[in-house]
This record gives sequence, C-alpha cells and structure tokens, in this order.
Amino acid sequence: METAERIDEPARPDGGTNYLNVNYGIRSWLLTVDHKRIGLLYLGTITVMFALGGLFALLIRLELLTPAGDLVGPDTYNKLFTMHGIIMVFFFLIPSIPATLGNFLVPMMIGARDLAFPKLNLASWYIFIVGSLFTLWAVFTGGVDTGWTFYTPYSTVGSHTKVIPVAVGVFINGFSSILTGLNFIVTIHRMRAPGLTWMRLPLFIWALYATSIIFILGTPVIAITLALVGVERGLHIGIFDPALGGDPVLFQHLFWFYSHPAVYIMILPSMGVVSELITCFSRKAPFGYEFIAISSLAIAFLGFLVWGHHMFVAGMSPYASLIFSFLSFAVAIPSAVKVFNWTATLYKGAISFKAPMIYALGFIGLFTIGGLTGLFLASLGLDVHVHDTYFVVAHFHYIMVGGALMGYLGGIHFWWPKITGRMYPESLARIAALVVFLGFNLTFFPQFILGYLGMPRRYNAYPDEFQVLNVMSTAGASILGIGYLMPFCYLLWSLRYGQRASANPWGATGLEWQTPSPPPTENFAVTPIVEGPAYHYSEKEAVLV
Amino acid sequence: MSERATATARRGSLPPATAHQFDDAIQQHEASGLGMWVFLLTEILFFGGLFTIYTVYRSLYPEAFGHASSTLDIQLGTINTAVLIGSSLTMALAVHTAQVSRNGRLVALFLFATIALGTVFLGIKAIEYAQKFHEHHVPGPYFHYEGADPQQSQLFFCLYFCMTGLHALHMVIGVCVLAVLGVMALRGRFGPDYYTPVELTGLYWHFVDIVWIFLFPLLYLVERHT
Repeated sequence: METAERIDEPARPDGGTNYLNVNYGIRSWLLTVDHKRIGLLYLGTITVMFALGGLFALLIRLELLTPAGDLVGPDTYNKLFTMHGIIMVFFFLIPSIPATLGNFLVPMMIGARDLAFPKLNLASWYIFIVGSLFTLWAVFTGGVDTGWTFYTPYSTVGSHTKVIPVAVGVFINGFSSILTGLNFIVTIHRMRAPGLTWMRLPLFIWALYATSIIFILGTPVIAITLALVGVERGLHIGIFDPALGGDPVLFQHLFWFYSHPAVYIMILPSMGVVSELITCFSRKAPFGYEFIAISSLAIAFLGFLVWGHHMFVAGMSPYASLIFSFLSFAVAIPSAVKVFNWTATLYKGAISFKAPMIYALGFIGLFTIGGLTGLFLASLGLDVHVHDTYFVVAHFHYIMVGGALMGYLGGIHFWWPKITGRMYPESLARIAALVVFLGFNLTFFPQFILGYLGMPRRYNAYPDEFQVLNVMSTAGASILGIGYLMPFCYLLWSLRYGQRASANPWGATGLEWQTPSPPPTENFAVTPIVEGPAYHYSEKEAVLV
Repeated sequence: MSERATATARRGSLPPATAHQFDDAIQQHEASGLGMWVFLLTEILFFGGLFTIYTVYRSLYPEAFGHASSTLDIQLGTINTAVLIGSSLTMALAVHTAQVSRNGRLVALFLFATIALGTVFLGIKAIEYAQKFHEHHVPGPYFHYEGADPQQSQLFFCLYFCMTGLHALHMVIGVCVLAVLGVMALRGRFGPDYYTPVELTGLYWHFVDIVWIFLFPLLYLVERHT
C-alpha cells in the first residue's frame, strides 16, 4: 500500500537528508559502510585507473602511427602494452560495473537496506587500494614487460622487470573481487524484499549473480597461480620452468582457467545493464525474461569450460583442442539468446533514443561483431592463421571496450540521476555516445583487417604497407579519447549545474526508482513489498510522456 | 517522516547483535552461514589449483614422487593427523556447548583446547620442516637429493612445502581467530541465542582439517604399500 503511493511521489526538491548530505568530511567517506558511498569510492578509484590505462593506450597508438619503431624502443613498448593490459583488465574492467553500479544498485534493486556484509564491502575497497598501490608503485619504478598474461618461463626466469610486485598487486586485488562476489551472492540469496521471488528479479541482478559465481570460483585459481609464479621467481625453483622439470603449458591452463571466465566477469554485468536499458527505453517487458536470466548462468557455467581455446597453438592434444573448440561454439548460444531477445524486445516497442539507449544499441552491434569473430578464433584452422595477430586484439577489444565499456557508460548515464540527484545534459551525452561509437569502430575495425593480413601483435614496428590502416586506427583512438573525456567533463559539470532529478526520471519500473534521488542512507523508508514481475511497462505507459 | 521514525525506532529496539541491514537475528545468522560456505567454496578452488598441479606432476613423474614421498617422516605425519582430528573434536564440542548452554567457561575451555592441539600440529610441522632443511630437501639453490631424478623430486618438495605451507598458514589464522573467540567466550558473549562466530569458525576449522586429510595420503603415503 505505502509503496504504491511512493512511486508517484515527487522527489523532495531539497532539504531532505540523503546518503550524500547525511554527513560530510573525509572520515565519513573513508569509514563509511554505506554500499552507495562505497560504490562511489570505487567509481573514483577505477576512473583514475582507467585514465592511466588509457594513457598507455595513447602511447601505444602514437608509436604505431609510423612503421618505424621511433617513439619508443621495443623494451619500452613491451612495458606499455603490458601495463595497459594489466591496469585495464584487473584494475578497471573487472571491478567496473560490479564494484560501482553493482555496489550501488544490488541492495536497492532487491529492496534491502545494505549488502549483507557492509564492513567486508568497505574492506574490499581498501584491499583494492592496497593492490592498486602495489601495482602502481611497480609501474612507476620500472614497470613490467611480460604481457598481462605473465606467461612462464619468461615471467619467472626471463624478464628483468618488476614481475613480483605486479603479481602481488593482482593477487591482493583478487581478494577484493572475491569479497564483492561473496557479498552479492549472500545478499541476493538472503535479503530480497518480501514477494521478490527469483523470477521477479531484475535482469541486472541475475547478471551480477552469475558474475559473482565466477568471482568466487575463478579468482582463487589465478591467485594461487600468481603466488606460485612469485615463489618460483623469488626462490629460483621450477614449478613451471621446463629446465627444472616443470611444465610451462600447465601455467597457461591455470591462468586461462580464471582469465577466460574473467572475460565473462567483464561482459555479463554489461549485459545486465543493457537488459535494463533496452526494456526501459522501448517501454516493454523483455522478450523471454526467463531465457535472458538463465542464459547468464549458462554463460557463467560454460565459460569455465572453454579456456583451452587460448592455447590451440601452445601444444595441446588435438582431441582436447577439438573439445575446447566445440565448447567455445556452445558458449555462443546463450550469448546469442540474449542478443536475439533484446532485439525482439525492441520489436514494436516505443523506442526513445536517450543517451543510455544509444550506448545499449551500440553494445548490441559491437558485441555481436566481437562475439562472431570469437567464433572465427574458436575454429581450429583459422585460429592458427590469425593467432597472435591484430585480429585477436580487435576481437577482444570489441568485447571489452565495445561491449563491457559501452554497457558501463550506458549504465552510468542511466543511473546518474539516481546516484547524484542530477540530470546529465542529454544532447551533449547523445553526441558523446555517438563519438564513442564512431571512434571505437574507426580504432578497432582496421585492426581486424591488419590481423587478417598478418600483422602480429606486440611489436613496435611494422612493414610500410600496414601504415594506412594503422593511421586510421590511431585517428580513431584520438576520437575515442575525446568521446571518453566528454562524459567525464559534463558529468562533473552536472554535479553542480545539472537539472535536479526526480525520483524516477525515466519512468522505469525497478525498486531503485521508488525511492528519492539521491536515496536516503537506509534506501527505503519502508521495506517495499513486491507483487508482480520486474518489468510491467505496458501498464505504466499512460502515466508517462 | 513518521514512518521513517518508527522504522528507525523499530530497528533501534532490536537486540544489539543484529546489524542494521538485517531484519532479525535469524536472517543475520543465515546470511553469515551462507557467507562462510561461499568463502569455503573459494578456499576449495584456492587449494584446488595446487591439487591440480600435484595431480599433473605426479602422473608425469610417478616414480620420483614415490621416492621423494618416502623421505618424509611418516610417524610425525601420522601423529599430526591424529592431533588435527582431535582438534576438530574439541572444536565441534565448543560449537555444541555454545549452542545448548550458557556455560561460557566450558566453551572457552574447548576453544583453548583446540588452540593447544593446533599449536602442537604447527610445532610438529616445524620439526619436520627443520629436518628437511638439514637434509637440504628445501627446493632452491641449496637443494640436494641423493636419489634418482633430483629435478623431479624437487618438484615434489616444491609442492610439499607450498601445500603444507598454505595449510599451515590457514592453521595460524585459525588459531588467532580462536584466541579472540576464547576471550569472548570467557566474557559470556556466546549462548543459545548467539553462537554464530563459534559455529562459522568451526566450519573453517573443519575445512582446514579436511584439507589435511587429503594432503596426508597424497604427500606421505604415495609408496608405502610396498
């Protein structure tokens, strides 16, 4: 009863206490156990890491503007792409949506006052900070050049760079992922509002639940593997060193057992965001809710069985390769289920092209390209041809940047009014979304062609005939950089000058929109009672416009 | 506003053991229990990486692993296994006592008994490590092994030290947590209405115990049948 009234209640224009103005000062932030504030702490931290990783990317693209290796030498170049990869993967993409939007939204979407373990949540941020500082210290005092994959024996006996501190940083960072995943799983199981059954959960929650399972099961394996690399390097023993009886391919198996599912850690939360955006901005319940929900779990499960496709040329038995190839094709099925269902949701919907929707539509197109080229790479014969070329680089950037990052930006825009209580400038945001989309394609589509023509990755010099495509890619990267700077600037601007947001500016149906923007510290004045499915847009249509 | 005030008042009237995000003590207890089980799942995968490596190398080098295994002190290993199973018994008694009685001193007694047995285990482990150190069986530049295939044997000892070392680290953490719980028990903090920390630490302790139940045969009993 009371909740029904609250839906239409306008946001308190000012004067009310919310989680942002309940208290001030650095201590109130550094010692907070409020999931919303911790989400913002993460947001600030990973934005810094993203800027740093982006800086390395900029230097890489500048070097590749000309065929000669003139801007940086090969050793420096090795460090640049290694640190770009390590920072972007472990310190930006993996925490991106779960630690920011996930922390902020999971309790609100299920009608809870906080996550199950708020102190553990804060601890996870501090662990993340310690891991980041370790890695940054290593980056700024010499760097590391092993590639983000830390392949042995180069990482244990070959490299003369700071492998151990970086590995320690990633190891520590892993525990922050584990704590976040643990918190989400327990919260989703035990703290749902009355009436919020599993099949009424928002699809974003399903996506984060699947992601959390990967956090829990995958992260410890890379933790122990990197610990052994550190032990091997520090004590000169040979767990993975063939000269001492060890097996370097075993390292690759253990590494990819986590690091392939890690790709799904990056993409699943984005898929969850896109499910929310597509339904809201086409004013329709999702087509095949159950299929989208369960396909998240299917991706998490199958994602653990495909790691061998990174190692087709590393020396694996042909039978193992066949099975890994087959399973890699199989994991495309639940991904395709999502893409088809999103598309079917759009059909006959009342679509409005707000900025988050532009990101969501961009996601569908780019993820489809990234996913389909993944099938090329999962084919045994073709993989031998394009392995370790720019084709692979283009493929995974379509997934990680075109997919994960587009979803992240779309989500940040969509929930920005809820997080800050302010609207972002809509027309500027639409332009930025288009700039990101165009810049991204100009950067990475030429790399598919470069890779297919045979340009290998990880070199700072290349033959002259590849220059045109590389110049296109670098030009695209510059546009992409502007596309990222724009939201950074206008979102900060909106904090002070943006129009005040109502409780539910999009007319969306989630529980998080039933509470004021920004929400009070306890999220809901009265615990909401859920009486129907998550997306009941057709009924609400009349209320809107 | 008034709704909110009553909600706050309602929460304020809950027993102090219930944190603000939970509706009641039952929900809190269930959430904490699930959290510990999920954590143990992570732990299984953490040790699982090492068990995988062990499986691969033992199947590659079965003879070297057999010989190297027979250099371990089976008597100390067996005693330690008994000591650890004994500590799981005292741990289980501590949990049971906390669940059914208000006798904080008895809970503390069982907890400190668990600590004592855990410390005995770690002491015996230290003696074994010292023996290996004197025999130059510690992997690294000073490694020396008389038998065949010293390289493959060194892999065994790498795994022996990594696996038992990681296990011992978990024991040390467990002993520290138990010490805190022991003091809390003496102050009468646990009873039938609130025993979650004792129960969860019990789960952790039994998990560490079970890891050893796998480590003991894999490391000490490889070729004892001959």
